[in-house]
Amino acid sequence: MSDQIETLVTQDMLDRKGVWSEAKVSPPISDSDIRKWAIAVYWPETPPKIFWDTDYAKTTHWSGIIAPSEFNPFAWPVEKEPTPVGLQTPQGGGVGTRAMNGGQTEEYYAPMRPGDVISSSTALSEWNERTTSLGLTLFSTTETRWVNQRGDLVKIRKSIGIRY
Amino acid sequence: MTFNVYWEDVEIGQEVTPWSRQTDFMHWNRYAAVNDEFVYIHMDDEAGKAALNEQGAFGMGNLRFAYFHNMFREWAGDEAQVRKLGCQFRAKNQKNDFLTCTAKVIDKRFENGEHLVDFSISLKNQDGQETAPGEATILLPSKG
Repeated sequence: MSDQIETLVTQDMLDRKGVWSEAKVSPPISDSDIRKWAIAVYWPETPPKIFWDTDYAKTTHWSGIIAPSEFNPFAWPVEKEPTPVGLQTPQGGGVGTRAMNGGQTEEYYAPMRPGDVISSSTALSEWNERTTSLGLTLFSTTETRWVNQRGDLVKIRKSIGIRY
Repeated sequence: MTFNVYWEDVEIGQEVTPWSRQTDFMHWNRYAAVNDEFVYIHMDDEAGKAALNEQGAFGMGNLRFAYFHNMFREWAGDEAQVRKLGCQFRAKNQKNDFLTCTAKVIDKRFENGEHLVDFSISLKNQDGQETAPGEATILLPSKG
């Protein structure tokens, strides 16, 4: 790809703007998934008991173990699906093939618990493109909504993917 | 039950207890293992340099995002809930960076039956460089 490229917006992005994906369904969340996540994000300290100690968790108003708010039950799919446009992280070296996470905002509602099955839908909502210190840079906003098996809203996530 | 902080006791301008972590591949690899985030720019110095980061591989934004949650949980306790949290990733998390999350109360409100506190949040490295400014809203227990 040449440095003379005029836009990083692709036809695929134009076609998918505002179109919600078919719901993706997570495997059931296990105690072990939650415990390992908590260990990783608290490493090297012991994570809070609310994430792994059933007896303690029952004493809280949650009445049981919950997952960290930012827990991702969609990690480790058996078959990888294509990454939504705007969130791709290619490993190349040319203009428009480099990418990074620009930031995110998450709103949390029903907590995730062991046994929960989460459904997720995603839509590319908007983008803007400008020249930065990295050169021509595209900022894409993707919205994702999660609900659990009871239909309760779990999370709304807006994330910004950067391509340059 | 762990009631660290009640909504009534929070004051605008108050700062949350900071939360710090020095990160390297031990942290990034563990996070990659749970989030299935095995991306070369987080694993391989050459890939990091190809992505225009002179120091090589760098840490995941998602892990820093998790660190903010850790700060709020440690400060507010298990009866609180993060309602909303957002940040922009302005600078990379380099290997061996000592990262510190902070938060300052900018507003408190009672809305739709919920006792909410709004914060400005920050995550700086050991040089004082801001890497992930943002805002958060926490639902706190009430004495009422």
